[in-house]
Amino acid sequence: MAGGAASGGSATTDTYAEARNWLLLPSWVVLLGLSLIPVGMMLIYSFLTKEFRGGVIWEFSFAAYDQFFCDRGLFGDEPCSVEWTYVTIFWRSIWQAGAATLLSLVIGFPTAYFIATRPEKVRPLWVFLITIPYWVNLLIRTVSMKFLLRDEGPLNSFLMNIGLINDPIHIINTNFAVQLGLFYSYLPFMVLPIYAAVERYNFALSEAAADLYAPKWVTLRRILLPAVKPGVVAGCILVFVPSLGSFLAPDLLGGAKNFMIGSLIEEQFKGNAGNWPFGAAASMILLTMVLIILLIFVRQQGKAEKGAG
Amino acid sequence: MPEDRRIAVDVRDAVKRYGDFTALKTISLSIMDNEFFTLLGPSGCGKTTLLRMIAGFEDVTEGAIFLFDEEIEDLPPNQRPVNTVFQNYALFPHMTILENVGFGLEMRGKSKSEARKSAGEMLELVQLSQFAARKPSQLSGGQQQRVALARALAPQPKVLLLDEPLSALDLKLRKAMQLELKHLQRETGITFIFVTHDQEEALTMSDRIAVMSSGELQQLGEAREIYESPRNMFVADFIGETNLLEVSVDAIKEGRAVCHLGGGHELTCNEVPGVDVGAKVHMSVRPERLFISDQKTESESLKGEVKENVFAGTDITTIVDLADGPKFTIRTSNSDRGNKRIFEPGNEVFVNMEQGAARLLVD
Repeated sequence: MAGGAASGGSATTDTYAEARNWLLLPSWVVLLGLSLIPVGMMLIYSFLTKEFRGGVIWEFSFAAYDQFFCDRGLFGDEPCSVEWTYVTIFWRSIWQAGAATLLSLVIGFPTAYFIATRPEKVRPLWVFLITIPYWVNLLIRTVSMKFLLRDEGPLNSFLMNIGLINDPIHIINTNFAVQLGLFYSYLPFMVLPIYAAVERYNFALSEAAADLYAPKWVTLRRILLPAVKPGVVAGCILVFVPSLGSFLAPDLLGGAKNFMIGSLIEEQFKGNAGNWPFGAAASMILLTMVLIILLIFVRQQGKAEKGAG
Repeated sequence: MPEDRRIAVDVRDAVKRYGDFTALKTISLSIMDNEFFTLLGPSGCGKTTLLRMIAGFEDVTEGAIFLFDEEIEDLPPNQRPVNTVFQNYALFPHMTILENVGFGLEMRGKSKSEARKSAGEMLELVQLSQFAARKPSQLSGGQQQRVALARALAPQPKVLLLDEPLSALDLKLRKAMQLELKHLQRETGITFIFVTHDQEEALTMSDRIAVMSSGELQQLGEAREIYESPRNMFVADFIGETNLLEVSVDAIKEGRAVCHLGGGHELTCNEVPGVDVGAKVHMSVRPERLFISDQKTESESLKGEVKENVFAGTDITTIVDLADGPKFTIRTSNSDRGNKRIFEPGNEVFVNMEQGAARLLVD
């Protein structure tokens, strides 16, 4: 966009126009090379015919989308009736990602608030501490989580030892385990934007509210939350979107029952059993869905702001 | 003013410490009902800390604060019937002007419609009715200031606290707001406690002024008293301009001290208890209390030579050097210049003053 304005505006008189275009090159590479072209390729692949040992045959086909939405019986020759398998997986994914986002918000907001209200000098230290676990590979962290949560794992032994429970709680291979895994995977993405928002928050506003007889929770709800909402929204998006497409946590912690979109897509590209056009189609559907959810979100935001104005 | 006025805010031996640092050193003062009271001092003197202690944003390390005979220092800010106008207004950015002004009323249990109605009336009082539906960011600094004022006054507080509310405004607007605030205080009859570092502002607006420095109360009194009879060097120097000289007391007769300025020049000053003959003390005399002429016109007169004239619009500042003695700064009003001779540098002149214009200062 910026490049367009620079070359379209006053190219004849602007002696820096050429330099400017060159300097903008990295952003064009990122925009085109790393997002538009790959998404375009995926869109094209989703309309191709599958090759049996992976890869594609360059022949236009709706087969991938047909497979996703239509149940055509055992032999694939019946008329289209709604296929629920994949829709269910999608629905479960949205639900799981939503729950993980909520969990991150509930834990992440007080954490971010705590850090942002520490003395300025020690704040970077707290942020640093939050990010330390994320230097370890996600796979290793998820496997450790599995170890911690299993029936004979430290969590259950501890709870049994202190006499809180008699039999281990089955956490592994439940929805909750997946939510926990997702929550743990993406918590910093919730904490950091909220931290940034609370740090910028003018605490004199809270004082003003208290001065005007507002109890603490009213101040939180009516003054602080509206002010830091952009950070909260950013945090929710940053946790929700990767959670939706995640496959490590559902695979390792959820078991076969709790299959999510990420795993479904992953399988299509792994080994010889894959179906590239189907994987591409599922990715496109996921992408569309995320965009729709974000659009609704942004719309609601805009409405809420207008309503207040 | 009736004699039986009640005490609005009574600060008793209040101390504020932050770790090892003492921000306020045992302050006691009584602010009367219906008074425009100013806490004046340079930054870091503790005036804002004291105000925030009354508002409830800072806890009191030692001592007590009473609001109309009720002890309040342990109450949280939302339970104290005082409201604050904040330095940078602290208007709620996501709320409209009307919602901002109505917030306190709503929190005090008024219904939304009642709060709206009273807020609307408050906005009328500060002449901002037409902006009710706007957001704070759409208003100018002066307008925001008035919204902050309306918001703090709307719940009809017993005492209004103002934390340098005019410091962000430009000079002209500030002057206008000073008068407006003063009027508002008289109309509403609410006790105002005003914090400022601007001595001129304090003198213009206040019934009484508490001058503070380094966490201590330096002098408390009416504006005129503070200006004309500063108690110590800090007050004399901080309030207005002054000629501050070191003098030695030569004699004390009939309640007056004869002060030696050096070079054989002598002046009669007020006597201050505790200052004996031979003491070296400071003396203050305001530049506008001095008159130049080519002859002795008052009982107190010093001979010197004009060094410099500085023209400053409303008045002319002349610097006169006494032979072998100190320099004096003299301010002559520009209004009746026609009757006065302007002395040029090099002219021999007399610096005249009434008896009592020169004041000795303790410590």
